Amino acid sequence: MSDTLAGLLQVALLLAALAAVYKPLGDYMARAYLSAKHWRVERALYKVVRVDAESDQRWSTYAYGVIGFSFVSVVLLYLLQRLQTVLPLGLGRPEINPATAFNTAISFVTNTNWQSYVPEQAYGHLVQMAGLTVQNFVSAAIGICVAVALIRGFMRAGTDRIGNLWVDLTRTVIRILLPISFVFAIVLIALGVVDSLSGGIAVTALDGSQHTIALAPTASQEAIKELGTNGGGIFNANSAHPFENPNSWTNIVEIFLLLVIPVSLTRTFGVMVADKKQGYTILSVMAFLWGGMLAVIWWAEAHPNGPAALLAGAGMEGKETRFGIPGSSLFADSTTGTSTGAVNAAHDSLSGLGGGGAMLNMLLSEISPGGTGTGIYSILVFAIVAVFLAGLMVGRTPEYLGKKLGRNEITMASIAMLAMPTLVLVLAGIAVVLPSTGAALTNGGAHGLSEVLYAYASASNNNGSAFGGLTVTNDWFESTLGVAMAFGRFIPILAVLCLAGGLAAQKKVPPSAGTLPTSGPLFASMVGGTVLLVAALTFVPALALAPIAEALS
Amino acid sequence: MRSGLVKQTAAGLRMLLLMTVLLGIAYPLVVWGVGQLPGLSAQAGGSIVTVDGKPVGSSLIGLNPVAKDPNNDPYFHTRPSATASDFSATDNTKLGLADNDAATSSPSNLSADNPVLVAQIKARKEAIAQREGVSPDQVPADAVTASGSGLDPAISPEYAKLQIARVARVTGLSVDQVTKIVADNTSGRGAGFLGEPGVNVQALNLAVQAAKH
Repeated sequence: MSDTLAGLLQVALLLAALAAVYKPLGDYMARAYLSAKHWRVERALYKVVRVDAESDQRWSTYAYGVIGFSFVSVVLLYLLQRLQTVLPLGLGRPEINPATAFNTAISFVTNTNWQSYVPEQAYGHLVQMAGLTVQNFVSAAIGICVAVALIRGFMRAGTDRIGNLWVDLTRTVIRILLPISFVFAIVLIALGVVDSLSGGIAVTALDGSQHTIALAPTASQEAIKELGTNGGGIFNANSAHPFENPNSWTNIVEIFLLLVIPVSLTRTFGVMVADKKQGYTILSVMAFLWGGMLAVIWWAEAHPNGPAALLAGAGMEGKETRFGIPGSSLFADSTTGTSTGAVNAAHDSLSGLGGGGAMLNMLLSEISPGGTGTGIYSILVFAIVAVFLAGLMVGRTPEYLGKKLGRNEITMASIAMLAMPTLVLVLAGIAVVLPSTGAALTNGGAHGLSEVLYAYASASNNNGSAFGGLTVTNDWFESTLGVAMAFGRFIPILAVLCLAGGLAAQKKVPPSAGTLPTSGPLFASMVGGTVLLVAALTFVPALALAPIAEALS
Repeated sequence: MRSGLVKQTAAGLRMLLLMTVLLGIAYPLVVWGVGQLPGLSAQAGGSIVTVDGKPVGSSLIGLNPVAKDPNNDPYFHTRPSATASDFSATDNTKLGLADNDAATSSPSNLSADNPVLVAQIKARKEAIAQREGVSPDQVPADAVTASGSGLDPAISPEYAKLQIARVARVTGLSVDQVTKIVADNTSGRGAGFLGEPGVNVQALNLAVQAAKH
């Protein structure tokens, strides 16, 4: 079988699996948020935590909850790292310095999972389990909660209430993330993924040399790492490490997991707003961008033009034999199109165009199909802007899903949309003029600029993948990347929750003859066009100097 | 406003502590416990391979064996590794062809236009061609590029084939015997279309060793 045909069948299997679970999972998630009934275990949990599960919250209260929960998460994760030498299961691993602990705490709480350390040498199992695994779950859940709150803004009318954060958070964890993660953790172990409480095993290889092979409680974190679009590896090589991703079956399972919730949430959205076509329209935009970028990355990796790849005969630097070009390209596209950031190949060693494609996936604001929850709320922001632009053309007050888009809505949508580009361009711009940045680069020229641009794109979009050649352990990078992750996460969240509050307060406007239909190919192309236009207007100069220059040289 | 924020933060702290017990202690320990069951425990423990009851490695991890006499090298070799003791991303004479380190994992992170990588690939081609007694243009791509993990357990069937003649000569096995060992240890694509074919280097070397006795 030809490489191309095998690769296409691999994509077909992935799409078939996603299609099979799309309706059941999307409907199940919608029921989880629409149901008035609490499960018994949830009621017990509300009692222990002492929250009133029946209270419906204003958007501001919901936002206080998100901010407060994330703040205490950062503090606890920081302390767990700093105290690992005195806490149990530290495995004798070293003290973590304040800059790394700060950066990592922000990174995992914001669902970024950017890593400036070598995990199998830096962290013991307590930090991995009680710290990082927990945030893998709850940061993903927070993203979904914000998306659900926004969808409720469209559903409801004439109320200042958008739901209860603690109920949404608990249901997301108990009903969705935990059961799926548990099942797939076991599936991954069966397929070869490690899950051990030992720190490593000593072996005497057949040439007589002594080695230690690092082990970790991998499968439990691996499942939620992909399912929650987190992406932080328990090993330094992430999903390229044979213990995280041992074969082509685990590879396709992991790609499936990182796409399944963002994709199915479009169905959840359609069900909740009682117009499933709205969900299909949004999904079609996501799928178009994902598929288009897959074609770019795959083609670029199969036809590399860099001198090293031409000399070697193929672009295999940084790739694993068992995945090859198609399996690595599919993973690279899916991990940057969602806000996952796990990698099964070194993105720094991708071709100019392939690495540029991965970067552009992030710079499109992570909507193809985006992170858990973040993907759907980000693309709904673009849909609002698209309706507004269309309204300007015909001179009518724009409406979306029965809500008028007035000054508050457009202001909040603009803030949510423009926070990321501002962070990327300002911080990367300052970074490249700092003298210390030159020493942090592994590669020079246009590719060196790509390393810096990729780092801020990844942090500001809460992706977490990296052009790993950039050494990010100096104080400038540790702190500013932390700032980019925090602002890139919480500015859009606050704007989206404010938007949800405003929408819920409005009355429903019945559709009239002048209402723009927001389902179907015409609207899909307007949303896609808005996404591409915004990215082009903000990033073309930077991209021209970095990946485009490398691809053309 | 302030009271709302404080109240929600306090609720958030209680929620976080409970989630830490549930998701950070109970969940990973239950998964670990299930992983101890028969049928799962070997994988969960790292797919460790033993010879005479002693662990020699993991079937998933590529450890590059080092010959005592480089001119009489009896081993099949893994791909270059950024974890190897002789690797540097800034020195084009350090090729990553020596013993690698499974206590860590790393790619080279070198870009395709980096002069260091170009020089390394050129030098690897020559070193491997000399070791195998072939011309440099016969050395396949995976043999001269560092893997994503630095621990790639597999090589391409082409790179395995390239090493057959030398391994047969040094070990005293016939070329047919070694060719059969390579064929026996070559795995195709999953279900015929997932991933790429590869040959597990450790399994190859163990099979060669067993055939010698």
